[in-house]
Amino acid sequence: MTLNRRQVVTHGLGAALLVRTTKLSATPELRDATIAELTGGAPVRDGRVHLTIPAVAENGLAVYTTVAVESPMTAADHVRAIHLIAEANPIARLVTFRLGPRAGEAKVSTNIRLAASQNVTALAELSNGTYWRDVKPVIVTLAACIDGG
Amino acid sequence: MTLAVARVSMPAEARRGDVVAIKALIRHPMETGYRLDAMGRRIPRHIVQAFHVTYAGEEVFRMELTQGVSANPFFAFSTVATVTGDLDFTWEDDRGEVTTVTRRLTVIE
Repeated sequence: MTLNRRQVVTHGLGAALLVRTTKLSATPELRDATIAELTGGAPVRDGRVHLTIPAVAENGLAVYTTVAVESPMTAADHVRAIHLIAEANPIARLVTFRLGPRAGEAKVSTNIRLAASQNVTALAELSNGTYWRDVKPVIVTLAACIDGG
Repeated sequence: MTLAVARVSMPAEARRGDVVAIKALIRHPMETGYRLDAMGRRIPRHIVQAFHVTYAGEEVFRMELTQGVSANPFFAFSTVATVTGDLDFTWEDDRGEVTTVTRRLTVIE
């Protein structure tokens, strides 16, 4: 299809506004608030969680991400949930995996969208009520959300 | 017409107690709700919101998704082989469309 001048102007303006909104709505504060909501304010410790994500992601539309948590995955001691949290996306909480001793191992993967270069947090909730995390910086060459799918 | 075409990759057989690696993929736009069409109108959100897996009728894995997950969402996870039975994989999107794939796991002693 062809665009007339008016469409180009409105679309361009819309896109510019969208970029602006995206940047304003996503902050490290929002990330911290999301983590606090998930943990109920419980302390979050570094360690036990291993987040594997590219240091440089050429395509922010699909960033292959793996989270592994050191856990025996027994009925008495297992990982209940793994959350992936962004700090510069329109929505901080990207995805939640809920698992249990029947998983056998606490290791999950998926593809996530990143709207900008940022730190990605993997947060694990253990059966004993403790929370652990790993944080990795990712440089995004082509950002999601701005155009394309 | 359905947009949803789902695939699951896992072994057909495992020994009791083995950790079985599972990969699941569904064709879905995971439309964020942030994009605009050529007329500047917002394209409505359309995402898979939930994914869950039951093994012989018991839930063993669940996911909650947002638009932060890529189009055509892919997941890799695992389960311990316990009994011979069906694994039901279910995707639910925010327009009420439900897609289910069933795979049988045979447990060899």
